[in-house]
Amino acid sequence: MKQFGRFAALRGVTAEFSAGKLYVILGDNGAGKTTLLRTMAGLAHSTRGKITVLGSENIQASRAQIGYMAHPSLLYDEMSGMENLRYFAKLYRIPAGEVDRRCREAILSVKLDPDLERPVGQYSQGMRQRMSLARALVNDPELLLLDEPFSNVDARSAAEMAGLVAHARDRGKTVFVVTHQAAQLELYADEFIWMESGRIVNRTSALQGAKG
Amino acid sequence: MNFLTVTRATLAKDIRLEWRSKDAINAMLFFSLLVVVIFSFAFDPTAEESRRIAGGLVWVAFLFAAIVALNQTWARELRNQVLDAYRVSPAPAIPLFLAKAVGNFIFVAALEALMTPLFIAFYRLRPLGPGWQLIPIAILGTWALVVNGTFFAAMSLRTRAREIMLPLLLFPLSIPALLGMVNSTTAILTGETSPAFWIALLVAYDVVFTTACLLLFETVLEAE
Repeated sequence: MKQFGRFAALRGVTAEFSAGKLYVILGDNGAGKTTLLRTMAGLAHSTRGKITVLGSENIQASRAQIGYMAHPSLLYDEMSGMENLRYFAKLYRIPAGEVDRRCREAILSVKLDPDLERPVGQYSQGMRQRMSLARALVNDPELLLLDEPFSNVDARSAAEMAGLVAHARDRGKTVFVVTHQAAQLELYADEFIWMESGRIVNRTSALQGAKG
Repeated sequence: MNFLTVTRATLAKDIRLEWRSKDAINAMLFFSLLVVVIFSFAFDPTAEESRRIAGGLVWVAFLFAAIVALNQTWARELRNQVLDAYRVSPAPAIPLFLAKAVGNFIFVAALEALMTPLFIAFYRLRPLGPGWQLIPIAILGTWALVVNGTFFAAMSLRTRAREIMLPLLLFPLSIPALLGMVNSTTAILTGETSPAFWIALLVAYDVVFTTACLLLFETVLEAE
């Protein structure tokens, strides 16, 4: 359970998820999707109950294996993509000699140019979303938590992002995506999870019928 | 090892961001310049009067100017919620605090280095006591301002009126440090008393509050 004052954002969520799958979390605004994701990332702490991530109840110990992408970009607008990623790579104890290679790989994996010197603040929304995904991938995480990765981007960019998310799952990562645009992932998702009033009310392998 | 890497990386990133935006340093410079000029016109003190009031004037100007840098330091972490990216990483909390405090120290010290010659010129200051002791006082005093300021700016991050909140939290706690800075500076400028007691007070203040801030920062960072 996760409570903010008297409001319970999550209540009685009991679920188990397997590794290496792509889960799409759906629900109306205020259903608790983002809170669930933030709790899994260790950004919100459950008021009651326990959560085990990557086999450990101590999420802090698992942080090196978690990649998190939020609705805002989590990037410094005044720095270039490569500068941003270099900084975040250092937070993940990536050896100094490997930082540049890992950052370039992450940026190339989202189909952006690592040599682009423009600050992120001057990127288009689609580019910013992809760079944000690159930031989440820089530590090569086992668990990828993506909050609204397709918001404010055009249909083509959203489709490209969906392909990148599926590719991450294909490389063995466990991926959770919170989205209002589930159709983008209809072909790729292993499971759709429907949430209502802080509860998981339905889990299904097909988008049709996901709303319980 | 990782502790130092993260501290250095965060400090370098903050200096780079400030160098590109110049948000804090421009606002601090402008504010301090206004204080120097307006007060010198308003009072027009003699050299003797200047020695008595300059300590208070200088440090109050730096304290108010530092608020600008302190508010800025966390404000840039809130844009695009970048602070969450730090919180989900395995990096410990203390390097973030240390880097922010050292960064603020550098910005405020740079301001002091630029403004001190102006204060000397406008107020015709010449210390009658051991002038070199103003250097350790400046270092200790500046650290006292920024270490608490960085901590309380982080604490007021999630409040609605955080720019008002910071001075409300910081100023009462800074009174002992401010007394130390002002009295030791005045003691040196007038040459009438020894600044030793006030310098010792500043040392004690810095040790106590630096320790407390380091111990409590993780709780502040992880608070929702």
